[in-house]
Amino acid sequence: MNAPVPTPSLRRPAVHLSGVGKTWTPAGRGPVQALRDVDLDIAPGEFVVFLGPSGCGKSTLLYMIAGLEPASAGTMEADGLPITGPAAERGLIFQDASLFPWLTILDNVAFGLSIGAVQKLKRREIAAEMLRRVGLADMMDKKPDELSGGMRQRAACARALAMRPKVLMMDEPFAALDVQTRAKMQDFLLQIWRDSGASIVLVTHSIDEAVALADRVVVFTARPGRVKTIVPVDLPRPRNPRDPRFHDLRDRFGELLADEVDRAFAEQEAR
Amino acid sequence: MAATDVPLGAVAPVSAQSAQAAPGQGRPFAPPRYPRLRAGLATLGWSLASLGLFAGLWEALWALGFLNPLLLPPPHLFLADLPATLKYFDRSNRIGSRSEGGGVMPLLATIGWTTMRVTVGLVLGFVGGVLVGALLHYVRLFRNLVLPTVLLLAPISPVAWLPVAIFVFGIGDVPAIFLVFITLFFAIALTTSTQIAAVPVTYLNVARIMGADTRQTFFRVVLPAILPGLFMTLRLNLFAAWMVVLIAEAVGVGSGLGQIVSLARSTFNARLSFFTMAIIGLLGFSFDWALRQIQARMLWWIAPQGGGR
Repeated sequence: MNAPVPTPSLRRPAVHLSGVGKTWTPAGRGPVQALRDVDLDIAPGEFVVFLGPSGCGKSTLLYMIAGLEPASAGTMEADGLPITGPAAERGLIFQDASLFPWLTILDNVAFGLSIGAVQKLKRREIAAEMLRRVGLADMMDKKPDELSGGMRQRAACARALAMRPKVLMMDEPFAALDVQTRAKMQDFLLQIWRDSGASIVLVTHSIDEAVALADRVVVFTARPGRVKTIVPVDLPRPRNPRDPRFHDLRDRFGELLADEVDRAFAEQEAR
Repeated sequence: MAATDVPLGAVAPVSAQSAQAAPGQGRPFAPPRYPRLRAGLATLGWSLASLGLFAGLWEALWALGFLNPLLLPPPHLFLADLPATLKYFDRSNRIGSRSEGGGVMPLLATIGWTTMRVTVGLVLGFVGGVLVGALLHYVRLFRNLVLPTVLLLAPISPVAWLPVAIFVFGIGDVPAIFLVFITLFFAIALTTSTQIAAVPVTYLNVARIMGADTRQTFFRVVLPAILPGLFMTLRLNLFAAWMVVLIAEAVGVGSGLGQIVSLARSTFNARLSFFTMAIIGLLGFSFDWALRQIQARMLWWIAPQGGGR
């Protein structure tokens, strides 16, 4: 059951960020610095969690790695090549599954393949295989709103996996799910991770989720978001929430976050 | 019985369990057979009852002597002597031509001409509206230059365009088609541009990540996303289109059902008037029905077939 421990130094990083910053210029106001001086390497096959107070820019950073937002400063590389725009090999899964309601589940999963001009029979085959892998083989012909929230999120995973991504990014994918479903989805995600061999970058504000899933947790400061610290989580998998070491890590992240949450509040009130 | 629940795959085990638990608590709920047929028959029955009630009241008022049959002839009077009524219908699409003496085929031809004008006008208005609406959203210069004028022109009643239509296009099919076009065009253009703006950003992001280009994004994501709103606008303006085509025909075309209504008015022919009204009502209803069928096919994911969840 133990996940293969990645050996980062020996291989080219899947994602390389150096001095990355992001500045917004909202209409009618001065520029707002969202991110500053982010340095980070993500190894192939590594599971990284971004943890931080809301508004710290962790989701923005995810969108930037996905290529949906350009960086204002610094360099971003994926697999050694500069990130200039979105690419199917860097999959992104949103908080709401964002399946297209006008397509069946199968056609949703095959959507990226059809854009990539994969032949029809071939893409149905791939999509069906992906759905089988996420446990939705019976749901192929359903429409998205016939599925539960957890199932929809699994279908969104299948849609991203169909593109064989090297990096799979997730923006608070389980935030809208109830607690039981969320625990199930975490197990599911670890299994997907092992099967696909992709790096996973997951954004969350849940400390439990971070400790349960991550190889490394990147803790962000309040705005402007910087990397406050990077904490390796070297608990063996499967992880038991009642393990004392789990508790210790949770407390440590709690303290790390508390300062930043206080600062985020103070800044909001000053405004 | 549980077999009928199977389509909802994930729910099936639960309902099977509850069905097993049920026997002690009385009869399990038995769904009716042929639910769609039953619902259809019920609708038909109520429709006939409603029509019958309306016609019956009308006939009763006439029988009791409250209605002057010259002004408000009840159904059995305006449907009597059809050959005499049908002789006002003309097969050709020409003004004042009554050379062929009427009949059932001329009636169908008249209906056909009117239907053609409505259909062509609606198709042109829809396509043109989507095109202009998309330009309004995507091309800033176009929006800045055109939107204020569109907003100013949109509230003008299509009927007010009638003289313009005749000045520009003369007498014939084109002014009627033009008026139907105007009825739909502005509404669809404005709906398109607001609906495109309301397409969820995550849909567009999904398309971008999957590598869709602008064209693919528009036809595979934006268009399906705005189609429900466009259909709503189309159906809301369908009846307006029918009103407008009749007015145009009465004034500027010289054939079609509108011309017959005008003829009935100027010759004080109440029978012809009511007969034509019945035809127009049926036509409008059929159009709306046809549009609903198209909508159910194209927007299958919105209208759940038979129950849904």
